[in-house]
Amino acid sequence: MTAPALKPEEYFIKEEPYYEPVGDEIEIFQAAFEQKLPVLLKGPTGCGKTRFMEHMAWRLKKPLITVSCHDDLTASDLVGRFLVKGGETIWVDGPLTRAARSGAICYLDEVVEARKDTTVVIHPLADDRRVLPIEKLGEIVEAPDDFCLAISYNPGYQSVLKDLKQSTRQRFVALEFDYPAAELETNIVARETGVSHEIAAKLVKFAGMTRNLKGSGLEEGASTRLLVHAAKLIGTGVSPVAACQSAIAQALTDDTEMLAAVSELSSSLF
Amino acid sequence: MARTRLTFDKICATLDRCLDVEFSFLKTEQPAAIIAELDSDQQGYILEWVQRVASTNIQLSYQFITQATAVLDRMDRGIIEAWALHAMDMYDQSGLHAALNVIKSVDKFVQLSHERTAGAVFEDNVGVLSHFVHGLSGRQLKLAEADCVYTDTETLFLPPVIAQLQTTQENFLLYKIMVAYLWAQTRFGTFRESVSEALQEESDPQQFLDLFHALDSVRLEACIERELPGLHRELNRIKATLQADCSTDPSWATQVEELCAPDCDVATVLRLTRTAKGKDSPPRTLFYHGVLDIEAVETVMAQRLEKEKAQLRSVLRQIAEDMQDGEAEDSTEQKQFEANKKADPSQPEGFTIELTLQDQPVPIPEVVNRLTTSIVQDLGDIPDDYLQAAGEGEYDPALFLEKEVDPDDVWKGTYHEEGAFLYNEWDFRRQHYRKSWCAVREKDITPVHDDFVRATLGKYSGFIKQLRKTFEAMRDEDRLLKRQVHGDGIDIDALVEALADARDGSEMSDRLFTRMHRTERNIAVCFMVDMSGSTKGWINDAERESLILLAETLETLGDRYAIYGFSGMARKKCEIYRIKEFDEQYDSEVRARISGITPQDYTRMGFAIRHLTQKLLETEARTRILITLSDGKPDDYDNYRGEYGIEDTRRALVESRRAGIHPYCITIDREARDYLPHMYGAAGYTVIDAVYKLPLKVSDIYRRLTT
Ligand SMILES: Nc1ncnc2c1ncn2[C@@H]1O[C@H](COP(=O)(O)OP(=O)(O)OP(=O)(O)O)[C@@H](O)[C@H]1O
Ligand SMILES: [Mg+2]
Repeated sequence: MTAPALKPEEYFIKEEPYYEPVGDEIEIFQAAFEQKLPVLLKGPTGCGKTRFMEHMAWRLKKPLITVSCHDDLTASDLVGRFLVKGGETIWVDGPLTRAARSGAICYLDEVVEARKDTTVVIHPLADDRRVLPIEKLGEIVEAPDDFCLAISYNPGYQSVLKDLKQSTRQRFVALEFDYPAAELETNIVARETGVSHEIAAKLVKFAGMTRNLKGSGLEEGASTRLLVHAAKLIGTGVSPVAACQSAIAQALTDDTEMLAAVSELSSSLF
Repeated sequence: MARTRLTFDKICATLDRCLDVEFSFLKTEQPAAIIAELDSDQQGYILEWVQRVASTNIQLSYQFITQATAVLDRMDRGIIEAWALHAMDMYDQSGLHAALNVIKSVDKFVQLSHERTAGAVFEDNVGVLSHFVHGLSGRQLKLAEADCVYTDTETLFLPPVIAQLQTTQENFLLYKIMVAYLWAQTRFGTFRESVSEALQEESDPQQFLDLFHALDSVRLEACIERELPGLHRELNRIKATLQADCSTDPSWATQVEELCAPDCDVATVLRLTRTAKGKDSPPRTLFYHGVLDIEAVETVMAQRLEKEKAQLRSVLRQIAEDMQDGEAEDSTEQKQFEANKKADPSQPEGFTIELTLQDQPVPIPEVVNRLTTSIVQDLGDIPDDYLQAAGEGEYDPALFLEKEVDPDDVWKGTYHEEGAFLYNEWDFRRQHYRKSWCAVREKDITPVHDDFVRATLGKYSGFIKQLRKTFEAMRDEDRLLKRQVHGDGIDIDALVEALADARDGSEMSDRLFTRMHRTERNIAVCFMVDMSGSTKGWINDAERESLILLAETLETLGDRYAIYGFSGMARKKCEIYRIKEFDEQYDSEVRARISGITPQDYTRMGFAIRHLTQKLLETEARTRILITLSDGKPDDYDNYRGEYGIEDTRRALVESRRAGIHPYCITIDREARDYLPHMYGAAGYTVIDAVYKLPLKVSDIYRRLTT
């Protein structure tokens, strides 16, 4: 039985990822890291959570291991499993174990999507024990000081069936994310894509219109990510109305009436 | 093969039958003679429609023959059909007289339908337009049809059809422009000054109002140009095609300049109106500007402000209480909040509101945000008295609730449809829906706390145990899957075999793992229970007993389920009884309601299927099941009996199935009726004759749908 070691170099972020702070999230994350507290990022999709994590990993000079959780993700996918190679069984660490052994930041994206048994393995890591028991190896990994656990969660989408349990959420320092204020968001879009400030401002205004529709026809308004997508298209010469339609409206809904209405909104604006 | 033409006698006979001449005493010779002249294809067509219209009304059908044969050559059949259906709709809505008018003025219908092919129709566009107006900032506005274009600041009123321009797209654009213009009135503060007061001082109020409206329109179009430049370009294009004379006289240039300035507000407009009234060649409004209904605006606005003030102050009280939570402060004191205006160029007012309480920033929940936005929109600011937390018990909570109509009051009072859900019903003779035909209301059932539940549980106690076992077997369970390509553990048996294979030199399997598999079910099931008069007696007892058995066993599964009863007394009194809603616990209250299920009026099934289909669609689940429990005999007071009811029920089940629901019908009866296969065609169905069979059937359905 051999455990292939993690090559943390692969997970270091060498260049500063562009991140525009919205509030005091950087300071709070830094403090939580120093106090060895796990962090929960709350917020709608595409508002900069992943980008923030990359930025923090760069800032703290720690490797970042991201796991996108989905409804088939089991505890073994996080912790590790046996493989059979040439008639021999070998153990392979999962991403969480690798992070816990080597002192990296482990970011579990959309953690409620994962199967319920995964919470069992993150709980001991997320309180002051900071250990990861690996049942199948009979081993308990003690996380070094620079290990950090962060999870994300979008309160908007959760149904009664999939909600973050109190026993889980109360272990974390929570940071709330939302779409940045208009001016800041305009800067982000312009800076990320190189479109003019004027176009970026209109895109942000358009995003506002779709966010007004949240709850009356749309499940969610346009995220910063979608604005970045639309701006990129516009940058290559696509007309703003067409870009809004394919990069934003189509991504938000399939409802034909809603698509028509959103298209009317963008053509009114540009 | 061409059909042979019908003879005069044959036609007479058909008409006599369709038009029921034995009782109606209509003379069919003359129309029959006209039909006899037509070719066989036309004959068939006319006679079919005569029959369909006759199913609605015989007089109407009789008139239809004369009119239809006259226009048959020059009119498209699609239009004839639309005309006939329109006449029948009119009959449904307004009676014979109105319907006959439609039939008689076929030319008017043709002109109208012409309008309709190029025109934009409100009904077709209201969906897109309401999304459009909700996307624009500010208070959420509603749209409604009316004879003229105006707003009362809550609803935008628009014409039923717009056909001024050549194409549907352009006419739609005109709708959009109207919507944006009326929105601009509410958004850019046209009603922030009291126009009615201003009018009182005028000797010619109408002239003053017209000029005010025209000048304000200049201002608003400038606002639209800044806010929605794309729309403004389209507006200019439309103005050009309308060739409307929209240029203002050059002598008004200074006024126009002032009106178009970004900081121009309605006070300026009023001032300009006062100073410039009587001046030559004044600007005029265009038709899409509609009219100003100051009275409607001021009534609606006063009511809204009163309500929103109460709501805001009550929420602020709540917030103040939450903020001082724990501090032993005197809570009878009414807190005064402060509104700080934070500069925000994206708002028409140029700021957004932030609240503080004793210099501490206050988190603003969504509802406060909505209220402050709406109040600022009306007043341009938030007056201090709106920011004083309400005193204890100062407001009656009833102020905040949208008035909910008590279904019984509605029925007792005048015969109207307020607060009811309206559903179409299928008329098989017409081969078309009757629009908004059934008025459906939800009602509560009177719970009966008696011995029924205990008696039932006692009577079936052994059986319940057995049932629970059946259902437990279906519960979410972890199953260990063996011989998997990927998995959490090693499948030792498989590995040993594989190693042996490898030694033999044969290929080694890669299926060496075990994996835990969890079947997570995500079901919502809705039971629809027949409460019609025909269930009286053993069927009602059977229904109630079986519901108890079902609920007891479903509880072990943990799936979401709801139970509703249904009954009707003619189409205007269709009733759905709430017995257990999806989010409700199965508790003693629910049990008492089951016990309280009593036979009511008649059976009309279509509306109940449609309504509960809607309910299911609003419930989040991967698999949605609708199980109807009835005696399988549709009948109702007004002609729902027999084939009509069977066909409508069948249709409703088809609709439900199309919407992705799994409908299933369980009939409690001692004999299987021969129409059941047809009626329940779209659904699975079964006939049971004893209570204990029901839960078993349900478990069958479950298993079939979930594995
Ligand atoms: N504050 C910010 N600074 C810089 N870029 C940002 C910021 N917020 C959002 N973005 C932009 O938005 C894009 C989407 O953000 P990101 O992928 O981090 O979203 P997310 O919150 O992780 O979404 P999800 O929940 O869907 O994973 C980023 O690629 C970036 O371009
Ligand atoms: Mg992300």
